[in-house]
Amino acid sequence: MAASHTELGFNGKVEGEVIVSRADAVINWIRTNSVWPMPMGLACCAIELMAVGNGRFDIARFGAEVMRFSPRQSDCMIVAGTVTYKMAPQVRRIYDQMMGPKWVIAMGACASSGGMYRSYATLQGVDRIVPVDVYVSGCPPRPEALLDALIKLQEKIKREPAAKNLFVA
Amino acid sequence: MPVASQAATALKAKFPSATDRASSDHAACNVPLAEVPAVLQFLRDEQGFDHLADLTAIDWAEGASPRFTVVYNLYATARGEYIRVAADCTNDLEPAAPTVTHLWPGANWHERECFDMFGITFEGHPDLRRILMWDGYPYHPLRKEFPLAGIETVLPDAEIAEVTKTPVIAAPMAGGPFVASPGEINMADAEPSAKDQSWNERKPKTD
Repeated sequence: MAASHTELGFNGKVEGEVIVSRADAVINWIRTNSVWPMPMGLACCAIELMAVGNGRFDIARFGAEVMRFSPRQSDCMIVAGTVTYKMAPQVRRIYDQMMGPKWVIAMGACASSGGMYRSYATLQGVDRIVPVDVYVSGCPPRPEALLDALIKLQEKIKREPAAKNLFVA
Repeated sequence: MPVASQAATALKAKFPSATDRASSDHAACNVPLAEVPAVLQFLRDEQGFDHLADLTAIDWAEGASPRFTVVYNLYATARGEYIRVAADCTNDLEPAAPTVTHLWPGANWHERECFDMFGITFEGHPDLRRILMWDGYPYHPLRKEFPLAGIETVLPDAEIAEVTKTPVIAAPMAGGPFVASPGEINMADAEPSAKDQSWNERKPKTD
């Protein structure tokens, strides 16, 4: 039997054909390894986001290669780029249309804090309109940095009380 | 210092009200605002300036008169020559200018941008709406009285503004990772963080 909800345990000699685990561990294991990103590409960070999907960096190694351009089919919004105030309501609306459980990665300086755009037109950090799980520094960040953010997000997903949330919500 | 050019000479011969405009690069002329469409049509049809390279405006200062000047930069693609035509707006409070969209369809978006940023109304424009800021934005950001940081107002979408409780804020101008004032602290020890954190409220994730 698994020691905690953070790990899967299977001892074939003891348990035979039966795997005993906890719902949290199983659900989190599934969610962790199939994050479907919603690429919210708004500026140059989107170019690095595309590079992450390509063979050289290959986000598929971490189970997040299924980029969906429909919010209904995705569960991790990657905000890649400068969010203007004109665009901000649309970003929030797309976030609202995503099915839960859902996560947000703020990719790059602009999405995290407005970056160098200290101006009347730019939202000073996407966390003002959507709850952000992982911030990525860089202008734009290297693809490896986004992979690191994804791994950090996966660690966060693993710690969630998924089964509890399932029955509460 | 005016720059001599055959086109400018021809322009001044045809339109006696046109005068030389100081310029450090290309030929430039000041013309009365009402004559702008005729002047530009003359330059386009008879002088070969077939390309409207840019259409912009100048806000000289709050309280200056004339306050707004509309500037047209034309380019002759056949011989690689530029000419600049400038016209002062007569009304300083509600500036207006005639449209040139009938001469160059490309002027459409230029004039919309000019209207958005300076509040200059282009009379006869087929679709004069804001182009960069959203409809209903109450200011014209490139006017001199408008601060770079912006003025606090509401998000374009009332529903989202209500849910997120996020206004359009004046951006923090003090501090930040790209601003450093030498002498105050040892730069080698300095953290790359904003000196003014007053705007940086924490919002815990709720769902």
